[in-house]
Amino acid sequence: MGLVLELALGHLGQRKRQTLVSVAGVALGVGFFIGMMALMGGFQKYFITQVIDSWPHIIIKDEFREPALQPVFRVYPQGAVQLVSLKPRDELKGIRNAREILAALEDSPYASAPTLRTQVFYRYGSREVAATLVGIDPKREMQVTQLARDINQGSLDALYSTANGVILGEGLAKKLGVGLGDMLSVTSPVGAVLKMKVVGIFNTGVTALDNFESYSLIKKAQVLAARANVINQVRLRIPDVSVARQVAQELENRFGYKAESWEESYSNVLGLFKVQNGVMYSAVGAILVVAAFGIFNIISTVINEKRRDIAILKSIGLSEGDIKGVFMIQGLILGLVGTLLGWALGYGLTEMLASIRFNMEGFVRTQGFILDRGLKPYGVAALFAMLSATFAAWLPARKAARLNPVDIIRGAA
Amino acid sequence: MPVLQTRGLTRILRDGPQPVPLVQDIDLQVEAGEFVAITGPSGSGKSSLLYLLGLLDTPTAGELWIDGQDAARLSATELARLRLTRLGFVFQFHFLLPEFTLLQNVMIPMQKLGRLETQEMRERAAALLVELGLETGHDKRPDQLSGGQRQRVAIARALANDPLILLADEPTGNLDSRNGQIVFDIFRRLAARGQTVITVTHDPHLAAQTSRQIHLVDGRISG
Ligand SMILES: Nc1ncnc2c1ncn2[C@@H]1O[C@H](COP(=O)(O)OP(=O)(O)OP(=O)(O)O)[C@@H](O)[C@H]1O
Ligand SMILES: [Mg+2]
Repeated sequence: MGLVLELALGHLGQRKRQTLVSVAGVALGVGFFIGMMALMGGFQKYFITQVIDSWPHIIIKDEFREPALQPVFRVYPQGAVQLVSLKPRDELKGIRNAREILAALEDSPYASAPTLRTQVFYRYGSREVAATLVGIDPKREMQVTQLARDINQGSLDALYSTANGVILGEGLAKKLGVGLGDMLSVTSPVGAVLKMKVVGIFNTGVTALDNFESYSLIKKAQVLAARANVINQVRLRIPDVSVARQVAQELENRFGYKAESWEESYSNVLGLFKVQNGVMYSAVGAILVVAAFGIFNIISTVINEKRRDIAILKSIGLSEGDIKGVFMIQGLILGLVGTLLGWALGYGLTEMLASIRFNMEGFVRTQGFILDRGLKPYGVAALFAMLSATFAAWLPARKAARLNPVDIIRGAA
Repeated sequence: MPVLQTRGLTRILRDGPQPVPLVQDIDLQVEAGEFVAITGPSGSGKSSLLYLLGLLDTPTAGELWIDGQDAARLSATELARLRLTRLGFVFQFHFLLPEFTLLQNVMIPMQKLGRLETQEMRERAAALLVELGLETGHDKRPDQLSGGQRQRVAIARALANDPLILLADEPTGNLDSRNGQIVFDIFRRLAARGQTVITVTHDPHLAAQTSRQIHLVDGRISG
């Protein structure tokens, strides 16, 4: 082994510049992967944590996955009937057997909270903003989302103590220009109007929530929607978010109503993350492929140059495995050194990103990059780099091992 | 027991459109300590025979025993092992590794064999170099040497694992007559202490200094 390593180092030492270029290629791939993963992984993880905290894990809605058949289809099940321009009913349908569903959920390991969700217009002075009002039972809501924690002005309890209290998202409050204690006029789609007092302002960090959601007691929402005693969503929190999809499916099968997991609610954003990751993996993959070509190239060159050395080593008695080892080790060294430098580069890149300050409002609001400093990208990048280096070295190394010394010795005379 | 024995050893190339016989029907027996010259005109198959005897090439027919072992029964790895432990090669070209010092070059076979400690390898390599007339400069690289010196380093390397048989293919081919004579003097000295040496040469003056000559014509032993 010592000999094989010495031979490998000897070969690389003779081609310093090419060695450097190959190593730099690997380092770039590894470094950028780590930097980008810290950036995007950090953002994605943060977003998901915020969503998991601020949004119910599962929502049972007053909808069905398959819309009910129109009567005409029921009459002519086989008929060539087509309906166009169907006008949807716009009033809240509500969950009919909400009481039974809630009672059933009491016996499950899942926390549940009934809500009535309706669209409203907030008017403050001359400003008018459309938003969503979620009528909640604060005590039960606390078990389902982190709303209480996210309220940074006022409190959730104030909904109980104030007549017609409402809690607004920070973005929504800003758009309206209201602060704690201000009175708003709230109009519902059915025309009901209510004067409400701002008793709380929350900030979840998820822009979609902070800019468009607001909360009141369920009774007030029912008044505004003109649907006394009706709820249209049951919000749930489950112990293990990772199985939200399966639990949602079970609940849907059990109760008939559409049960939406948080992944489904945010499927557009999560889908975007997938695309983002795909783009990044292919970009880094491309860098590593180029780096692998560099390694393949240098090792092929070395082998061509060292045909005589290979011949004499074989005649001395080194085995095919030894010869293959000499060149595989060179690939591994290039991969390893590249990986180590790439780690340093990736770390530096992450630190640099961390030092950048700015204000941004996208899916989340932030004053700088949210970075994931986990070690996993280091491992993944190293694995990819070592695999590609090994493969890039293995191809020419296999050929070198099979060289016939007689052909070379004859040619050299 | 002979150190090397062949019966009907034949190598015929069949890559091209016409089969090309390199060597045919070689019956040979070499005893320990013999100093053998293989001679013959250019293209008569001297190198081809030496590659077969050195287990670098595989015969198409016939039998070959080295140190009592039937080469036909050995795997590629076992053949490599046999080359490492029993055989030493010297070619017309020196084949020294350019990035290693003289000492390191001579140590390579010992390192592969792995029987000695590194320090012992160093000492043995240095002793071999001294014995072959290279008293100093063991840390030089091959390109800092003359042709004759390089060939002596190559001989030292071939002797590194104390081989049963030293095989040489025109080791003096690239040397002037003075350096050629030095190489042959070394061979004679080795043979005198019992080292088996088989060398190809087309120099009759040098061949005359061996204890036995095998003359090849068209791939066959003549006379
Ligand atoms: N790969 C090959 N393809 C075709 N012919 C070959 C091949 N190798 C060797 N030969 C031929 O086989 C014959 C024997 O070659 P070999 O090298 O053994 O002769 P030699 O006696 O060593 O000659 P020289 O004194 O020139 O070194 C020659 O005619 C040579 O041209
Ligand atoms: Mg020849």
